[in-house]
Amino acid sequence: MTQTPTAPSPDAPAGTGRPSFAVWKFASCDGCQLTLLNCEDELLAVAGAIRITHFPEATRAHDDGPYDVSLVEGSVSTPEDVDRIHRVRAVSRKLIAIGACATSGGIQALRNYTSLDRLSPLVYAHPEYVASLERSTPVSAHVTVDFELRGCPIDAGQLVEVIAAFLQGRRPRVPRYSVCAECKRRGLTCLMVAHGTPCLGPATQAGCGAVCPGTRRGCYGCFGPQDAVNTAPLAERLVALGMDRRDVARAFRTYNAGAEPFRRESLRQEEATPR
Amino acid sequence: MSPLKSGSHLLEVGELARVEGEGAMRVVVLDGEVTLVELRITEPPRYFEGFLRGRAWTETPDLTSRICGICPVAYQLTAVQAIEDACAVALPDELRRLRRLLYCGEWIESHALHIYLLHAPDFLGYDGAIEMAADHRGLVERGLRLKKAGNAILTTIGGRAIHPVNARVGGFHQLPTPADLRRLRPDLERGRDDALATVALVGGFDFPDFEQPHEYLCLRGPDGYPLESGSVVTSSGGAFAVQEFTEHVHEEHVARSHALHSRLDGDTVYAVGPLARYTLCSGQLSPLALEAAREAGLGAVCRNPFRSIVVRAVELVYAFDEALRLIDSWQGAPVAAVPVRPRFGEGHGATEAPRGLLYHRYRIDTDGTVLDARIIPPTAQNQASIEADLRAFVQPRLHLSHAELTHDCEQAIRNYDPCISCATHFLDLRLDTR
Repeated sequence: MTQTPTAPSPDAPAGTGRPSFAVWKFASCDGCQLTLLNCEDELLAVAGAIRITHFPEATRAHDDGPYDVSLVEGSVSTPEDVDRIHRVRAVSRKLIAIGACATSGGIQALRNYTSLDRLSPLVYAHPEYVASLERSTPVSAHVTVDFELRGCPIDAGQLVEVIAAFLQGRRPRVPRYSVCAECKRRGLTCLMVAHGTPCLGPATQAGCGAVCPGTRRGCYGCFGPQDAVNTAPLAERLVALGMDRRDVARAFRTYNAGAEPFRRESLRQEEATPR
Repeated sequence: MSPLKSGSHLLEVGELARVEGEGAMRVVVLDGEVTLVELRITEPPRYFEGFLRGRAWTETPDLTSRICGICPVAYQLTAVQAIEDACAVALPDELRRLRRLLYCGEWIESHALHIYLLHAPDFLGYDGAIEMAADHRGLVERGLRLKKAGNAILTTIGGRAIHPVNARVGGFHQLPTPADLRRLRPDLERGRDDALATVALVGGFDFPDFEQPHEYLCLRGPDGYPLESGSVVTSSGGAFAVQEFTEHVHEEHVARSHALHSRLDGDTVYAVGPLARYTLCSGQLSPLALEAAREAGLGAVCRNPFRSIVVRAVELVYAFDEALRLIDSWQGAPVAAVPVRPRFGEGHGATEAPRGLLYHRYRIDTDGTVLDARIIPPTAQNQASIEADLRAFVQPRLHLSHAELTHDCEQAIRNYDPCISCATHFLDLRLDTR
């Protein structure tokens, strides 16, 4: 599926002074773009440091690029999307994929486990009016991505860090460890150890600030698999806690259903489910 | 650019800005007569109703919240209501009030976003809020402050602003303490003052003389201005239970849109959202919100879609008032959630999302597996009224330049705060003159 990206022109004009930013939307809920507008304390300062030259959700103003940085929200899910993501790549010096849709195919990648022939008639009276790809895929399946920011939704603090890092020409400081480390840092009692509450925290990348355990609920994996993930022992622990394998399969198959480690584990659990 | 009145034209907006999601508009003018108006929802389909089949009943609030990042609480609270209806469970008053408070947070965040960042730039002549901030920094800062106050409610109760995590079937995962909620008070009191200033600001905008006869539809109930509960009422005197929703509302799939079009009782074009709620339920507004509405020149009925920004601002005052009332009366609850056992059956839920009534229906199996799901979002219901507005609006304005007319049409669409991400199952303006 990976295709050779259209290389951005190395001498693409950075513009004079402030770098230009574009925000693009593919299949998504708009929540990750909204995260930018939700940086209420930083928005006007950020907007002062950059030039927002394409951001349809926020402004009618638009220039045709090229852009120094493109933030891409959403997954690639229609034939038109495939063409468009290549065009976006071609006019972007740096391309940052934001959110679970752009980095793993999103919740709409649940379709990847079935067929559109089966799904479409459940929603549309005339499936023939709808142009859709059989699979929902992350941006990286189509073009080179310079950085992936995870989360469903992304975290506002991490987004500001990523934008600042690109402005300063450095690598973003975004943790790659698991949610467990965030629980420890917050001093939260481990829900799984202390209360037997099923939790995907050990397999899930940090970044949310352990929001679910902080609400006395097990992590549901919305930041996707952490880098050195080992899902199998966690899955067995969930079964030992009394979850049936069908529910374990469902747990790994949500907002990052297309992320490979979660996909594999959900299939393994599905196969092991007694029928 | 030359006026469009003579001859035949195509007005096209290929990508509608300052709406949530992707949509386009196309207007065909034949010999100076508007012959066709099409709102095209081009947002990619995501097949929620399809993949909900086979999921667990308890997963519906979090899964469906991903339909919309602007109004996730609307999805969560409508889903839990439908599941609880299927399982014949009623929530204690305390938990219902906490849901209402959570919903107030979403109304504040969403209305402040739409008023200040998406819609006000139309009235003040800017491309967007960032551009507007160069001349009106204080205004944009006020909008952001309002948004932040709404997000603070969402974060305090829900854990985070977008896709909060605390709502569940049966109640909540964890209850906030009275002290947690009281900490919100100073920002909400300032927010209420900012909301009153917002009504005064937007009440002074210039509005086109434009009224529409749409049927209005919203929820109404005994617990105050419609938010998280109630049964359905219409402006022609119709009244029915949420359980009967699909007996009255019919959806149609048209080629130009990935969002299904809704009609009420046969072929009636109807509108949901702030104008419907205000016209049918203004008597339930708080005294402060009602007084602000009167001072801004709103009568008992509002039929000018361009004035929706004023109604939205009045609802903002109400949401702050209501949030403060709910916080002051919060003394905790005996349990965070009541036990719910799945059972075979069908359940219905409806709540007032910021942009109008949202309906969910689920059929679940004895073990809680979802057998069938149906979701009717507000923007899908408003498509026909948006198209009707454009048809009536464009004809007398064909003397305008293409750029001016395009801009005015976009504004007419933004009157509905369309959420295209929700409806897809939205916008580009194309004016086709032939």
